[in-house]
Amino acid sequence: MSQYVLRRLLIAIPSLLGISVVLFVVLALAPGDPFSELATNPNVPPEVQAALRAKFGLDDPIYLRYLHWLNAMMHGDWGFSFVSRMNVDQLILQRLPATLYVIGSAQILALLIAIPVGVYAATKPYSLFDQIANTLAFVGFSLPTFFTGILFILIFSVTLDWLPFVYTTDIKGTGIHWVLEMIRQAIMPVAVLGLFQAASMTRFVRSAMLDVIRLDYVTTARAKGLGQAKVIVKHVMRNAMIPVVTLIALQMPAVFGGAIVTEQIFRIPGIGSLLISSILSNDTPVVMAVTFVFACLVVLFNLIADVLYGWLDPRISLR
Amino acid sequence: MLDKELRSMIGDVKDGRMDRRAFIKRMAAVGLTAPLANQILALGGVAMAEGPQVYKPTKRGGGGALKLLWWQGPTLLNPHFATGTKDQDGSRLFYEPLACWDPDGNMKLVLAAEIPSVQNGGLAADGKSVTWKLKPGVKWHDGKPFTADDVVFNWEYAKDPATSALTIGTYRDITVEKVDDLTVRILFNKPTPFWADAFVGAPNTIIPKHLFADYKGAKSREAPANLSPVGTGPYKFVEFKPGDLVRGQLNPDYHMPNRPYFDTVEMKGGGDAVSAARAVIQTGEYDFGWNIQVEDDVLLRLEKGGKGRTIYAVGGDTEFIALNFTDPNTEVDGERSSMKTKHPLLSDPAVRKALSLLVDRESVKKAIYGRAGRTTANFLNGPEKFVSKNTSWEFSIEKASKLLDDAGWKPGADGIREKDGKKLKLLYQTSINGPRQKTQAIVKQACQKAGIDVELKSVVASVFFSSDVANPDTYAHFYADLEMFQIPLSQPDPAQHMRRYLSTLVATKENKWQGTNFPRWVNKDYDATIEAAESEMDPVKRAALYIKANDLMFQDTVFIPVQHRLKVEAAANNLRPIISGWANETDNLHDWYREE
Repeated sequence: MSQYVLRRLLIAIPSLLGISVVLFVVLALAPGDPFSELATNPNVPPEVQAALRAKFGLDDPIYLRYLHWLNAMMHGDWGFSFVSRMNVDQLILQRLPATLYVIGSAQILALLIAIPVGVYAATKPYSLFDQIANTLAFVGFSLPTFFTGILFILIFSVTLDWLPFVYTTDIKGTGIHWVLEMIRQAIMPVAVLGLFQAASMTRFVRSAMLDVIRLDYVTTARAKGLGQAKVIVKHVMRNAMIPVVTLIALQMPAVFGGAIVTEQIFRIPGIGSLLISSILSNDTPVVMAVTFVFACLVVLFNLIADVLYGWLDPRISLR
Repeated sequence: MLDKELRSMIGDVKDGRMDRRAFIKRMAAVGLTAPLANQILALGGVAMAEGPQVYKPTKRGGGGALKLLWWQGPTLLNPHFATGTKDQDGSRLFYEPLACWDPDGNMKLVLAAEIPSVQNGGLAADGKSVTWKLKPGVKWHDGKPFTADDVVFNWEYAKDPATSALTIGTYRDITVEKVDDLTVRILFNKPTPFWADAFVGAPNTIIPKHLFADYKGAKSREAPANLSPVGTGPYKFVEFKPGDLVRGQLNPDYHMPNRPYFDTVEMKGGGDAVSAARAVIQTGEYDFGWNIQVEDDVLLRLEKGGKGRTIYAVGGDTEFIALNFTDPNTEVDGERSSMKTKHPLLSDPAVRKALSLLVDRESVKKAIYGRAGRTTANFLNGPEKFVSKNTSWEFSIEKASKLLDDAGWKPGADGIREKDGKKLKLLYQTSINGPRQKTQAIVKQACQKAGIDVELKSVVASVFFSSDVANPDTYAHFYADLEMFQIPLSQPDPAQHMRRYLSTLVATKENKWQGTNFPRWVNKDYDATIEAAESEMDPVKRAALYIKANDLMFQDTVFIPVQHRLKVEAAANNLRPIISGWANETDNLHDWYREE
């Protein structure tokens, strides 16, 4: 098992290097530079713009800039944002808690809904429960988050006036009051994102379960006289979870991407909104760092998925 | 125009034969507003009185939290590095200038003890220097005194090219010297009628020498105070998250009595203008929303039974249609719209006049801008003393048709007018922006009725406004017959704005289209007028010169002004913000309060 994990880790390193080269080149070739905004400002002479470009190393050839970046990255230096002149790691760390809190909760909510609903629907296919669950799931993943987000705002903030729709990181107060406020302001974004995720996941869990539930060994287990609950949990679910784990693991980084929309709607100061505003202002070091973090997450969660396969089905790690 | 009589009245006030109030009353009798009368006095060399006091709270603090919503949050808090107004707005919470601008474009004291004038000896008669007296007893948030050294340091800091300050344009060509601890003198290398640029307004606030002295020049990025400002302002710095949040708390040692009113201030960034309007006007989650560029009918709907309202500030921004004086369709030496060509259609003054008659400014206002726009005939719409009263506009398809008929443009078989085999077909471009496309449609319709065929084109804003030399779609290339946009007037003075159209500044291939005269209009009279205005120290004569410059543009129909645009903000019903069309939204924050 440990050899298997090590092997996977070693494969991850060249993939990350490759990804970083591609990202760097694409960003360097993209039109626009962080100081183009200054061009229309009559107070900023063109020399200043040129001096800034030289100072921030934008005039060097791409390969030099890449090597410089890689070298700095190895030493733990993520560079600094051209726009806020703040260190990039500091900027990302400031945004991380909100992202983890909101996106993480949404993912947990999605799992809490999808697994029981999917499993139960699969044990009673085409029952009333299954049909209702299916319909709702279809509706759920057909509605984009920007639509449900605004719908929620109109219902719960504007009409009912129950929930705030602007997410703030500095809620005043301490103790239980603070916790309650944190929960209150996260309800809408978590619900929007969580329900969207849950919808597609429910469908997936159901079909994975149905695939397994018809296999001979399940019938054998039943024939031996095992209870329904034991058969489902011990025999069916464990095997059905393998594709589900893949889906969840690969969806983790994508959730960050999908959250860009949700973060914009609810003004959540997360990584997604940082990425959007940095792209709009051509703040290359931040865009590079954030996309690279995404890439690392994809690789990392792939790794986790691989390890989980090994645990769910020991045969995989032996191969 | 101000005549002899007015001059003698100003003289009377100056010499004490008439008091200010009587003067203002007499001005009001002839239809001038009190602030304008005050300004005329200031122009005439009478020291400016402080504007009417509207601030009501009688003690410092006790106002609770002030929650501001900026849909683009500040990304840095050093005014010298501010790339846009959002950054200036954020740093202005903590840093202060010597003076700021009130809603009428008058100067208001902040860190200065008095407004320099010829009378108090602050302004040199030759316009080559200005002396500022600083308010005594002002302290930085860390307790150190604010002195002339700080002011001089800001000049040294910004003008050093290695610092890469974006304010360098303001400070590079002046000299600032310390007279004594509380007096600084600014020396100009030529007569400068508009002397109130350096150290005035939100873009030119002052940072403390004792915290930045070690970070002048190449090390400017490393200053810890870049991220945690220590200023003299009404609020002390608490917390900053770029693009997301800026927080401050009441400064108990603030140098203005009974101010500030609020105990804490918070500026939240992100999102879009419509939802910002909703959070302020409809749900009341926030007290103030910045720059609400939303169509008026949306705002009116939000305002119904809401917890907030929209407020408007008059500045000098004009949405205009520019006419091309050169031919965009003929290439000469590899250059379109070359100065060696003449526009085949628009060089006929009758066509230009007819086009002006076909722009229905009233409909544009009603259908699009609503309360945020005013119809106008002038290119220069502010400050008020520079606005021409000699012009007027009219919308009349009949008059336009008659004008074209008389000039020999007769409708052809397809209904489109033509003359000497040239058809009256025009390409009309602008940036992609809802209100602009709607305006294009309104203008096109009227033109069609008058027999002019107009083709519409819209270009993505980031391309249209870029300085990209290789892109033919920028406004400076102007490879179209008509184009529409606005150039913000960022100071309560027209000098910078009006000199753009000098014939020496025509945008050409040679200067890589960095020239600012994009209509490529050449008028010797205009050049002479602007030149005279730039060295004219008599403010009354100077205002007359700019009015003349505007009227020259009007006579030649260089621009067809569509709307004089106002600033739009959203505010809670009980909030009393002071917003000036001549300043950043936070420039008068020390005077904001809440009506109980």
